[in-house]
Amino acid sequence: MSQLWSVYIIVLVVLNLVGCAVLLFWNSRMSAEEAQRETTGHSFDGIEELNKPLPRWWLWLFVGTLLFSAAYLALYPGLGNYAGMLGWTSSGQWQKEVDFVDRQTAPLFAEYAKVPVEELVQYDEVLEVGARLYMQNCAMCHGADARGARGYPNLTDGAWQWGGSPEAIRVSISEGRRANMMAFGPMLGGEDGIVDMAWYVAALSRPELAERDGVAERIERAAPRFAMCTACHGAEGRGNPQFGAPDLTDGNWLYGGRIEDIAQTLRDGRFGHMPGHAGLLSPERIHVLTAYIFSLSLQDEDD
Amino acid sequence: MAGSAHEKVEKNVGLLIALVLVAVSFGGLAEIVPLLKDDGTTQPIKGLQPYTALELEGRDVYIREGCHVCHTQMVRPLRAETERYGPYSVAGEDVWEHPFLWGSKRTGPDLARVGGRYSDEWHRDHLYAPRDLVPESNMPAYPWLRYRQVNWRHTERKLNAMRMLGVPYSDDDIAEQLQRIARDWADKTEEDALVAYLQQLGTVRTGRSAP
Repeated sequence: MSQLWSVYIIVLVVLNLVGCAVLLFWNSRMSAEEAQRETTGHSFDGIEELNKPLPRWWLWLFVGTLLFSAAYLALYPGLGNYAGMLGWTSSGQWQKEVDFVDRQTAPLFAEYAKVPVEELVQYDEVLEVGARLYMQNCAMCHGADARGARGYPNLTDGAWQWGGSPEAIRVSISEGRRANMMAFGPMLGGEDGIVDMAWYVAALSRPELAERDGVAERIERAAPRFAMCTACHGAEGRGNPQFGAPDLTDGNWLYGGRIEDIAQTLRDGRFGHMPGHAGLLSPERIHVLTAYIFSLSLQDEDD
Repeated sequence: MAGSAHEKVEKNVGLLIALVLVAVSFGGLAEIVPLLKDDGTTQPIKGLQPYTALELEGRDVYIREGCHVCHTQMVRPLRAETERYGPYSVAGEDVWEHPFLWGSKRTGPDLARVGGRYSDEWHRDHLYAPRDLVPESNMPAYPWLRYRQVNWRHTERKLNAMRMLGVPYSDDDIAEQLQRIARDWADKTEEDALVAYLQQLGTVRTGRSAP
């Protein structure tokens, strides 16, 4: 703020306080002649207004507020550029709160950071912290129960598009992931080719489909073209976490396993995107979160 | 004499009004007027970009659908808020906001830092059917946004209106935006526009880029 505006504010504030004090002083005084009169002379329907000085308690309360203002303006910012004796700012108070909590939690997170994820999952206390981080940062997409939704992976089923090792999970959280399943429509020779391939892919996890009418022929027609898919999904369609290419044989479908769903995937492609969280969460917190998410798939294996 | 002066004020309505106006104007004169001239409230923060035409139309969808009734765009400098949402709001972010969309009630979460936090696809799915993704959500669904094309008829006038209000669009900027509408955005839906608007919210403060 420029000096001019600072002075402008100071003048207004001081004028305001002085004005209040003058008003108070003026109203608390009564001339001797006036004090003699019993009423103000106002009379309504025979009811008269008494002429009394301001009550003492009220007067002192008013003086008290004036003193409070003066003290407040001395301690806190209020007079233009004058920062106040306490040097208080709202951003400073925020920083103090943040530092206070950091001081308390930093040693705890540092302690957790020393323990590898595989071991960390044994500690309930760590998983509780992880669960809270999960609810705040992950539940919006992966669900409060971590079982995902269409297009948003289930984290409890042990099927991992990008790998389920603690390191792979950590990278997924901190860097994010961007899947790139191209649109294969033109390369599959149009709509018929797409549906043929959809049956082929569906039959990888459900071989019994081949017994249906006409499906065996479709599978046969699609088989040579599956070579295009092997670059990412592997020769046997078992996927490759390097590219985020899912296993096509495990019956686990991120975008649905109906023929229409698979055909849509082939036709338009899929570009699942998980944003990175490195800017939102410290590495120590991501470590704890990794442990929590790693523990979710372990529980499922026990079931 | 004191008594008579008092009486003069009480019995003269014109004078009373004038003095009351003086008395109540102190607060505004000291607290509001200097902010109209202060750099902190009139200068954009570093890196702030004016909206693209698509984002501007998305913002109008946001206003039309009343998003600001349930979502604030104001992160207060409190630890609990910065922990949940991100850096607290500063005045310089909003110098080109006409009108500002701070909101006053959080039925849903604050959105001032939502840009880049979720994928585009998430926003589309969520606007179309919020409970598909967040079963406990009480947000209404906005499925029609997917089927309605952006109405570009008034966009040029909106850009000019923003310029009149102080948003630094140059003639070239506006020409470029109109070109992009014709070239890239002619078929955009209101959902596209709203997602584009949401994905840039707060990115100047969080450093995230819209995906």
